[in-house]
Amino acid sequence: MQRREFLTILTGALAAMLPINALAELLNQTWNKSAFEATKLDEAIKGLNISTETPSKDIEPSKNIEIVAPDRAENGAVVQIEITSNITNTESITVLVEHNPTPLIGTFSFSNGALPFVITRIKMAEDSDLKVIVKAGSQYFTASKKVVVLENGCG
Amino acid sequence: MATIKDNPKDGSRNMRMSAKLNGEITEVKMVINHPMETGRKKDDFGQLIPQHFIQQLSVTLNGKMVLEAQWGTGIAKNPYLTFRITGAKVGDKLETNWVDNLGETGGGETLVVNSK
Repeated sequence: MQRREFLTILTGALAAMLPINALAELLNQTWNKSAFEATKLDEAIKGLNISTETPSKDIEPSKNIEIVAPDRAENGAVVQIEITSNITNTESITVLVEHNPTPLIGTFSFSNGALPFVITRIKMAEDSDLKVIVKAGSQYFTASKKVVVLENGCG
Repeated sequence: MATIKDNPKDGSRNMRMSAKLNGEITEVKMVINHPMETGRKKDDFGQLIPQHFIQQLSVTLNGKMVLEAQWGTGIAKNPYLTFRITGAKVGDKLETNWVDNLGETGGGETLVVNSK
């Protein structure tokens, strides 16, 4: 049996075992392959499909996005970041690291009373700007913070 | 396939999650056991370790979606996440599900408790 087939069957069996609607919903979503595999910041941002709603030049710098990240990260393999959006009607927070091999780190979408706030830990290959894009309705806002990386965290 | 053994699918051991209510706000924290391999790292024999990373994660509160995330390989190993929700009460159920690039799934659930 091919490994891929095995995994497909295995996944199907496991999904059937879990009586969870949320899982079905999760599997129905589409992972944004082109954006996540982009190797340049611009391409990653383009892959977010922002340009189809508003031209990418309309991504406005905003002081209403707070980024807490170390000025100097000891270990690029684990860099803790905290992002708060104070922009009304924030729907999602997207995190990018300009100089990573693939800049797009992740997107967090909030609904049903979740606040536009997230703390997570990311990998940083080298010194880079950490860039945040906030979606609020049809508008996009951005902020960034420079992080110096003392020990490379990508492998 | 050691990775499969390392990631039991029963949802009980592959992640830890807590949800603490303080005033109006419930803070949800989680740590998921997952290698988050980028596909660029080599093993002890100089062979590239294949990509293995969580791509999508969702969290529901009493069955209603509160957080949906899409991740690439840039989230650190054993992903850590904190976020905050309003409108939750003690005893409400939070449930997390994730799926990775190999089609493996995992998750967990917890009840909201008072922080004091």
